[in-house]
Amino acid sequence: MSGGWRIPGRGAEIDRARPLRFRFDGRDMEGFAGDTLASALMAAGVRVVGRSFKYHRPRGVMTAGAEEPNALVEVIEGPQQTPNVRATVQELYGGLQARSQNRWPGLSFDALAVNDFLHPFLGAGFYYKTFMWPRQFWERVYEPLIRRAAGLGSLSGRADEGEYEKAYAFCDLLVIGAGPAGLMAALRAGRAGADVILAEADTQLGGRLLADLPEIGGQGARDWLAGVRAELAALPNVRVMTRTTVTGAHDGGTYGALERVGLHLADPGDLPRECFWRIVAKRAVMATGALERPIAHPGNDRPGVMLAGAIPAYVNRWGVAPGRRVVIFGNNDSALSAARALTAAGIEVAACVDPRPEAAVLEEFPVYRAAQVVGTRGRMGLHTVQVRHAGGLSEVQADVLGLSGGWNPTLHLACHMNGRPQWDDRIAGFVPREGMVRGLTAAGAAAGRFSTSQCLDDGARAAGEALAAMDMAAPEVTPPAAEDAPYGIAPFWAVDARGRAWLDFANDVTTKDVAQAALEGFASVEHMKRYTTQGMAPDQGKNSNTAALAVLADATGQSIPETGTTTFRPPFVPVSIAALGAGARGKGFAPERRLTSDAQTRAMGAPMIEAGLWYRPSYFPRAGETTWRESCDREVTMVRGAVGVCDVSTLGKIDVQGPDAGRYLDFLYTGRMSSLKPGRIRYGLMLREDGHVMDDGTCARLGEGHFLVTTTTAAAGQVMRHMDFVQQGFCADWALRFASVTEHWAQFALAGPKARDLLNTLLDQPVSAESLPFMACQPVSMAGVRGRLFRISFSGALGYEVAVPARYGAALFARLVEGAEALGGGAYGMEALNVMRIEKGFITHAEIDGRVTAFDLGMQRMVSAAKDCIGKPASERPGLMEDGRGQLVGLRPVDPSDAIDAGAPLYTAEAPARAASWQGHVTSAGYSPTLQGWLALGFLAGGRARHGEVVRIHDALRGRKLMARVCDPVFLDPEGRAMRG
Amino acid sequence: MRIPCPCCGWRDRREFTYYGHETFLHRPAPDAGAEAWDDYLHNRENPAGPTRDLWYHDPCGSWVVVARDTVTHAVAGGEGLA
Ligand SMILES: [Zn+2]
Repeated sequence: MSGGWRIPGRGAEIDRARPLRFRFDGRDMEGFAGDTLASALMAAGVRVVGRSFKYHRPRGVMTAGAEEPNALVEVIEGPQQTPNVRATVQELYGGLQARSQNRWPGLSFDALAVNDFLHPFLGAGFYYKTFMWPRQFWERVYEPLIRRAAGLGSLSGRADEGEYEKAYAFCDLLVIGAGPAGLMAALRAGRAGADVILAEADTQLGGRLLADLPEIGGQGARDWLAGVRAELAALPNVRVMTRTTVTGAHDGGTYGALERVGLHLADPGDLPRECFWRIVAKRAVMATGALERPIAHPGNDRPGVMLAGAIPAYVNRWGVAPGRRVVIFGNNDSALSAARALTAAGIEVAACVDPRPEAAVLEEFPVYRAAQVVGTRGRMGLHTVQVRHAGGLSEVQADVLGLSGGWNPTLHLACHMNGRPQWDDRIAGFVPREGMVRGLTAAGAAAGRFSTSQCLDDGARAAGEALAAMDMAAPEVTPPAAEDAPYGIAPFWAVDARGRAWLDFANDVTTKDVAQAALEGFASVEHMKRYTTQGMAPDQGKNSNTAALAVLADATGQSIPETGTTTFRPPFVPVSIAALGAGARGKGFAPERRLTSDAQTRAMGAPMIEAGLWYRPSYFPRAGETTWRESCDREVTMVRGAVGVCDVSTLGKIDVQGPDAGRYLDFLYTGRMSSLKPGRIRYGLMLREDGHVMDDGTCARLGEGHFLVTTTTAAAGQVMRHMDFVQQGFCADWALRFASVTEHWAQFALAGPKARDLLNTLLDQPVSAESLPFMACQPVSMAGVRGRLFRISFSGALGYEVAVPARYGAALFARLVEGAEALGGGAYGMEALNVMRIEKGFITHAEIDGRVTAFDLGMQRMVSAAKDCIGKPASERPGLMEDGRGQLVGLRPVDPSDAIDAGAPLYTAEAPARAASWQGHVTSAGYSPTLQGWLALGFLAGGRARHGEVVRIHDALRGRKLMARVCDPVFLDPEGRAMRG
Repeated sequence: MRIPCPCCGWRDRREFTYYGHETFLHRPAPDAGAEAWDDYLHNRENPAGPTRDLWYHDPCGSWVVVARDTVTHAVAGGEGLA
């Protein structure tokens, strides 16, 4: 061992034939394949791996697992920079780059270590007490200062470009954890033919067996594991998922799990970094083992102080010695086992310190019984341990101190649905109760059963119970023989001695902080936690919460069960948001719906705007046009004077068929659709059941029992859901069916005095004004392609909408644009469409915003008096048809040079712009080149009786003030001559 | 949470849109009066325990009355409306 930290003949998991280079804090180092970053750093002699959160004290590796509070590093992979990576979990790969956190400029000299000398002022609650005044200092001085000094790790400030994945899985039995209990559970259920998922957070199966290497069934642990692994691999009904941490237990047997897929590979290729699984299981066995807890004694945070059980893990798994002389300080029999294991591995155990007076003393190493560790020395690494015993105070030279205050069953998942665990004096820890999560059973150490034999038996039992609950046969299994040593423990949490004793290493919480919290009245565990930040770091207090609870119980004179426990919430380990949201980044979050005309539209240079998930052209710029307004004005003029073409396929289209279709639509719409003649179209309003307008659109009767309903783009989904509800809820036995055909048809509006001329260049059989009157429809064919023709207009101009199966959309759009341009027209976009519908007073969801009734719109006559419909009874309630309500009006600036903004509030002309004189608001506005001025629609209190009145528009948000005259909402061609022509 | 769709079986609740209590199925007569309509539209129990409410399965368009417990989140079953 001289000259290195590797132990010859130990370390079954590393491959000494495959050395790997890596970098830590800019230094090149070497480890082996199979190492974790922590074991590789240990082998390289690195003792200080980070600085603590508040006092910036040097810290070393504390554990060998996911619960690590100290060894948090940043891992850098190209543009990726991942903070708070636990070095104990990060597998080594060639070229790995990692950086320590929370230090500046470096680990060995950290400027903020001065905090450590200021510790009398930095105790619990110091933020609240110190940074109170002067008040104006908070935002400008204190907060930035605290933010720079505190916090763990840093972000790159760039978007996460990594690949993540999400996946779903289903099984009969989910076994969580592959230690002895989990393996027996998986074996029994697997042999019984159940569909089993075995999820293991570690890189391989075995759990604690890998560290302790007990004999099982007369075999070495690794030989037994090899047999189990082979059997599980041969069972087609068992899926083994390593590197997969179950992070949460949720409703309905759903479990979240995070799989590290590519994070351990030098070249992950196409593999994602992580995959977030949602696993749905009929039953689950929680075989998550137990987590060792340290003891709070003065100076227990020096690099070299670690958990006793972690030391054999480093020795046996990765063949690395954390030090050369070890002191073990523990209150339970597992500490003694660890000391024996180290002796057997040739590591000198300088002393075993046991607070129990009856501790055995006949060992191959000195045992101090009824003794305690009262202090340590060694700023950048432990060198001396001070032991208080019956004979006085001894100083023991040691570079590693292994602590064991007992073991906490890893019961977090069982508590995720608000269940509270119960205290068990036998193990001085909390154990799960039955039924905390429906369908989940704890087994083995997670249930407080600690010997290898107990774990094997308990895993088999739990699987048997799960199989029985699923009515599956559960053939008996005989678990192999293994050690069954009793677990003796005497509760011991904190040493009574001078000096700071740490509980939560990650957040720098000491026993004094907890006592101080109790003293200041934060005596409930939830208050203490928030006041001291105990258990609120990335490790969530996995090692420290129970001891903190014990210290609080002591300070308040209560028992631990009386003091309670904090709430465990998912996730069990930190889960990156990127993994949770996999697939939803950027366009994945809002996929694009593209029109069939999309490619040509973009090729024509049209800027696109979003309409829900759709992308629609804003306007089609032409040479010489420098602003959107120039293009928009030209497009409006083009439609009013010649012809324009616009893709309107985004409108929702619902095909309704059946003998009762008309009756159903009568119930759905305010107006009567059953009286519509085949080949005719009617405009309709749909109300919500509360009497407000849901949507508007057209209803075309294509045949006797065949209707085509259109919805607005925005409300297509809502209307479909509503129609399903009305049909399934109120008229399920009527003879009709309907389906959304929105994406099946490409539909284009042709608008303008030359619309019919353009249309007839394409139709195989031309139409005339008389053959297809306004609000009529008919089948058509164009070059043999069968489509539908509707004579409707949303611009007020002579208008048609022609629909073809979507596969012909692009070709038809190209021909229509070409034809329109030949007639002095062209394509138009949403801006022009909006201006033209305002000119005509046609409404959109800017007007029907969910608070508006048919009465408000001036459409009360559309609510048929002769029949019932959804929303009609409620629309007639008092208050919904009052004259004082906001009513749809038109508005024009008194000074023609003024512009109006949508959203601007309206006030009475003579009163100031105050809430008391508020009269309504502008819903839509646009410049009309046809009428040479700004036009707006809006709601004005009692507005229908106020045409001609002048109102004040004061838009404080955009700083625009003007006077406007109220008028009818139809500005242009109120008789509709153009569209009927 | 998982919800049974009569058409598709047990599915993740993310596939559903929530509406409200099954009361919405008991539409009063048009002339039942303002009080009955107010009750139907606005007044709901808020039970801690078993309830029956309406969920829409977006992928298939089925409305489902779901029997569930607001305390335990247990879902006892679901029925289509038809
Ligand atoms: Zn369904």
